Amino acid sequence: MGARVHDDGPAVEAEGLRKRYGGTQALAGLDLTVPAGTVCGLLGPNGAGKTTAVRVLSTLARPDAGAARVAGVDVLRHPARVRARIGLVGQHVALDEVLSGRQNLLLFGRLHHLGGARARARAADLLARFDLTDAAERPVGTYSGGMRRRLDLAAGLILDPPVLFLDEPTTGLDPRARAQVWDAVRRLVADGTTVLLTTQYLEEADQLAHTVRIVDAGRVVADGTPQQLKSALGGDRVDVVLTRADDLARAVRVVGAAVAATPLVDAVGLRLSVAVTGRVAALAAVLRALDDAGLAAADVAVRRPTLDEVFLRLTGVDSPTARPDGEKVGA
Amino acid sequence: MNATSAHPVPRRLRWAVADGVVLTGRALAHWRRQPGQFVVGLLFPVLMVLMFGYLFGGAMRVPGGGDYREFLLPGMFAMTMLFGVESTYAAVATDTARGVTDRFRSLPTASSAVLTGRAAADLLHSAAGLAVMLACGVAVGWQWRGGVAAALAAVGLLLLLRFALIWVGIHLALVLRSPESVVMLQILVWPVGFTSNAFVSPDTMPDWLAAVAAWNPLSATVAACRQLFGNPGWGGETFAAQHAVALAVAWPLLLTVVFGALAVRRYRGLGR
Repeated sequence: MGARVHDDGPAVEAEGLRKRYGGTQALAGLDLTVPAGTVCGLLGPNGAGKTTAVRVLSTLARPDAGAARVAGVDVLRHPARVRARIGLVGQHVALDEVLSGRQNLLLFGRLHHLGGARARARAADLLARFDLTDAAERPVGTYSGGMRRRLDLAAGLILDPPVLFLDEPTTGLDPRARAQVWDAVRRLVADGTTVLLTTQYLEEADQLAHTVRIVDAGRVVADGTPQQLKSALGGDRVDVVLTRADDLARAVRVVGAAVAATPLVDAVGLRLSVAVTGRVAALAAVLRALDDAGLAAADVAVRRPTLDEVFLRLTGVDSPTARPDGEKVGA
Repeated sequence: MNATSAHPVPRRLRWAVADGVVLTGRALAHWRRQPGQFVVGLLFPVLMVLMFGYLFGGAMRVPGGGDYREFLLPGMFAMTMLFGVESTYAAVATDTARGVTDRFRSLPTASSAVLTGRAAADLLHSAAGLAVMLACGVAVGWQWRGGVAAALAAVGLLLLLRFALIWVGIHLALVLRSPESVVMLQILVWPVGFTSNAFVSPDTMPDWLAAVAAWNPLSATVAACRQLFGNPGWGGETFAAQHAVALAVAWPLLLTVVFGALAVRRYRGLGR
C-alpha cells in the first residue's frame, strides 16, 4: 500500500443506486464499498448493470435514486471535483484514431488543465511507462488492440488519480495483451491506487481483485474474496462426452454412482456433467467406472465452474456469456 | 448540468475558452494529419461547378438575363456550406460512438468546450473551403460587382448559414450516434439543395415546388449573395425574394437557436 491510501474512509461508497433506462432497470438498489488501496471486481454477465454502475460513479450518468461518494467527494453534488480525482477507462477504447499516441495524451493532458510543459512531460512519462515510446508518433489507428488498450489506460492515468475505474479492460484482447494490462493494473495498485474493475471473466477477477461483487439484474447478489466465492459456488465439475447415444442412460447411472451425485445430461451433445469434490480422485473414479462398464468416452475433463454455472446457481437465470476454464484429459 | 460552485464564474469561463481552444486545435491537427480529406471534400463542389457551369450551363435560362456561371456560383458557395453538415455530423457521431465524447465528459474539462470547440473548428474549415471555392469561381469567370464591403457581407452570410448548420449536424449526430448514417445525410442534402434557387430559378418550377424553394433557408442565402455580389438572378415578386438579405440573417439565427438548444439538450441528456 502506498502513499495515496486514504485513512478517512473508503475510496468508493455507493448506497441504493437505482437507474432505469426505458423499460430496463439497469441498477436496482446497488450498494458498494471499496476500501482505499484495494481492487474490487464487479463480476456479472452483459446487462447486469456493471457498466451503468461505473457510469454513475464516474459522473457520466445520474442515478434516479441513491447516493455515492468517490475519493471522499459526493458524486451527485460535486461531479466536477470527482472528475479531477478519477481516471476512467471505458469498455471501448476511447482514443482519437487520427492523432498519434503522443498527441492523444497531450490532448487529454491539456483537457485535464495541465499546462503545455506539464502535459508534454506527463505524456512522455506515460508513453515510457506503457512501453509505447517507439510507437508514440504513429497514428493510433495503426496500433494493435493491446497497444490501444495500454494507451487508453495511460489516458486514464494523466492525473495519477487516487481512484481508477476500469470497465471490462481486457475484453477482446489476446492472452499476451491481457497479461500486459493485468501487469499495468498490478503496478498501479502497488502504488496505492484504488481500482474498481468490471469483468465478465472469473479468471480476471481472480487475478486482480481483493474483493469481488457478483452483480445481477442491477444489484449485488454475492460478495467476498475470489477464494470465498469459488468455494461458495461449489467445486469442480467432471464432463464426459460419449461416443454413442445408446450409452447415455447407462453412463448417467454409472457416473452418478461413482461420484454419488446426479449428472446433468445434454442428450444432443452426448455430454454429461456432474459436480464433484476432489478433482483428481473424482476424475479417477469416473474413468474407472466408465472402463468397468465398458463405456467408450470421446472426452473426459475436469474443470472449474463457468460463470454461467455461477449465475445459474446464484440467480437461477442463465447468463449469455461463458468461458470454460479447465484442463482437458483425453480418454 | 454540472452546476457546481467549485470555481468562481470568471475562472470557469476562462477554462471554457481554453478547453474550447484545445479541442479546436485537435480538429486542426486532424487536417494536418489528413490533408487529403480536405482536398477530397472540396473536389465535389468544384466538380459541380464544372458540370453545371459547362455541361448543363448552355441549356440554363437566367431570369432577367445574364451569364449562368455568374448565377450558379453563389448557389455553389451556399451548397458548399450545406455539404459541411456532413463533416460536422461525421466528426461528432464518430466521437460519440467511439466513447471519446464520454471520455471528454469524464474529465475536468468545461462541458461546453466539446461543442464550442467543434463549432469553431468546423467554421474555420468551411472558411478555408469557401476561400478555395471563391478562387475556383474567379477561375471560371465569376466576379463580384458590388464592392468589397458587400462581398464581405455575402461571405459573412454564407458562414452564418454554415454556423447554423453546425448545430443541425451536432444535433443529428447526438440523436443518431452512428457514423455510418452519414450516408443518409449525404442523400438528404440533395433534395434540400435542389429544392432551392441554387441551380435554377424557382420561376421554372411547378407552383407548389416554387413556393417551397422560395422559402428554403438556402434560397435566402443564395439570393442575398447574388444581390450583394452583384450577380444576376436575384429579386422577384415573392416576399422571400424581396427580403433575401433579411431572411438570410433570420433563417440561420432561427436554426441556430432551435438546433443549438436541441443539441445542448441532447448533449446534457447523455448523462441521463
